[in-house]
Amino acid sequence: MDWLNALLQGTLLGGYYALLATGLSLVFGVMRLVNLANGDLAVLAAYVALVVVRATGINPFLAILPVIVVLALAGYLLQRLILNRTVERGPLPPLIVTFGLAVIIQNALLVVFTANSQGLDAGAIENASIDLGNGLAVGLYPVLTLLVAVVTLGGLSLFLGRTRLGRALRAASDDREAASMVGIDNDHLYGVAMAIAMGTLALAGIFLGIRTTFAPSDGPVSLIFAFETVILGGLGSLWGTLVGGIVLGVAQAFGNQVNPAFQLLAGHLVFLAILLFRPQGLFPRAGVRQV
Amino acid sequence: MTGQAASPATPRQASRRQGLSWQVVAGLPTLVILLSVPAWRSSGDQQLLTQLLTLLALAEVWNLLAGFGGLISIGLQAFIGLGAYGLYVASDLVGLEPVVALPLVTVVIGGAALVSALFVFRLSGGYFAVGTWVVAEVVRLIVSNISAVGAGTGVSIQSLAQFGPAGRISLTYWLAVVVGAGSVALVGAVMRSRLGLALRATRDGEVAAAILGVDVFRTKLIVYVLAAAVSAAAGAVIYMSLLRIQPNAAFSVDWTARMIFVVMIGGLGSVEGPILGTVIYVAMHQWLGDFDTAYLILLGAIAIGFTIASPGGLWGLLARLIPPLRRRHFNVDLSAVGPAQTEAIK
Repeated sequence: MDWLNALLQGTLLGGYYALLATGLSLVFGVMRLVNLANGDLAVLAAYVALVVVRATGINPFLAILPVIVVLALAGYLLQRLILNRTVERGPLPPLIVTFGLAVIIQNALLVVFTANSQGLDAGAIENASIDLGNGLAVGLYPVLTLLVAVVTLGGLSLFLGRTRLGRALRAASDDREAASMVGIDNDHLYGVAMAIAMGTLALAGIFLGIRTTFAPSDGPVSLIFAFETVILGGLGSLWGTLVGGIVLGVAQAFGNQVNPAFQLLAGHLVFLAILLFRPQGLFPRAGVRQV
Repeated sequence: MTGQAASPATPRQASRRQGLSWQVVAGLPTLVILLSVPAWRSSGDQQLLTQLLTLLALAEVWNLLAGFGGLISIGLQAFIGLGAYGLYVASDLVGLEPVVALPLVTVVIGGAALVSALFVFRLSGGYFAVGTWVVAEVVRLIVSNISAVGAGTGVSIQSLAQFGPAGRISLTYWLAVVVGAGSVALVGAVMRSRLGLALRATRDGEVAAAILGVDVFRTKLIVYVLAAAVSAAAGAVIYMSLLRIQPNAAFSVDWTARMIFVVMIGGLGSVEGPILGTVIYVAMHQWLGDFDTAYLILLGAIAIGFTIASPGGLWGLLARLIPPLRRRHFNVDLSAVGPAQTEAIK
């Protein structure tokens, strides 16, 4: 029964990892940019939410919308002003720039908010649980996180498949030169992709802040979880991201079941095993499309 | 590896030969002066130079991977930490002399990099970078669970106490000279060899390089192992100086941050760039001292600025202004850093 419980909790945790990984996956899919600041931007979003909550006294869930708007705008500007100068120049320049950005965010948060852990208080929902009988129970909040991840991925999937802008993003992803030839403004599109990615990171950051405490130094480990999620699920597959998150969450929960010290290690080892034996991930997208 | 001989143009071969002699002329006296430092400078100065020379070694091999090979690693701290712990195991637990333990650890950890390569070479471009970091995290977590090396709290190296405080610092310094100067010589030699040619061809396009007869995987593997071995040697010497090894610090990604900043400020894709960058980094660190957060924010901003405005770093700017430097500078077309690498996973 303990193992079944671990399976259940791990699956729910996977929803959070999928939220963290969506932005990383989208940005890589559209412009082949690996955003090393992915985790730090999620942590930054949690701090932005903290500021909003402190200033207005509203429930963190109500802060979701303003924080998404702020981060999406920041993402668009970041892309247009800085990252677009690097993305056409191979993998190194964007890596250095996002790595530098990660260092700047971590240290700026340290200066402003100190190294102390902070948390977002969402009230009673944090402790509410659903009794499944047989001694099994799931927290309402983890279930909500998973649902939000599913809705986010579903919404993104619809957006990419059914809207004009979404199709333009996929075109730019498949072949940016051909896309620009048919009149697509790649610079603007990359800005839009980063804005959407930062919007999903805003969600991830707020769910991080409610789920647990956070500190300025939490970004790197979030990046690693997001990265493992993307690779486990299979590059270029949105729904694979969800599966990847769940595999990572379950691996960590099982590791924790054996010994709490093995929680993170178990996740990493499953990731390395998949990398060794199935490097294309569990659910690779057939063909070339990467979004 | 037959096609490479056709690649270099004759004028460049000539300039490379000229460059070699220039470097030896400047390098040998520098080496003699560096080796004599303990005779005329204080222990504090030797420790500062130890820090500088080990950082130089790390920057040189990071540059070998990224600047010359298009292989961007943010996980060399795995080998820095393993080098430090390896030295502790070999000298304190097994009882070898530190000067014997150092080369042994370098070779063994270099070999261990082959295991890491099994995983990270499944990825390329940006995901290769994050993959190397995951390996470093895994190593950190495993070491943090081994009680024989102090688990999470770490260990102190005792084996150097036999030399007395001043003797220990001088010995560590001389080893740092060997590692630092050795790394410059190693990267210089690699870049003048067929391996260096194959490496640049691989960076500029894996498929094209393979068609020309370059064994792409073998080329990348050799430089990865070299970089790991030098990182292990540097890690061992760094902790001979610091003495106290803690897993979170020894396997910290901060090491990589330093390497990146030094190389991007000094100059990516040249042997001289990291030397310039290391001197600037250490000088800035001396002036700004304990201002750690503001200092790191500044370094991050500078690295971003150089990446966007002058990817060849300060050395690239200098080489543009002073033609004699340019001839010796390995001409690197940064717009061509690994277009083939942008494919994610084969």
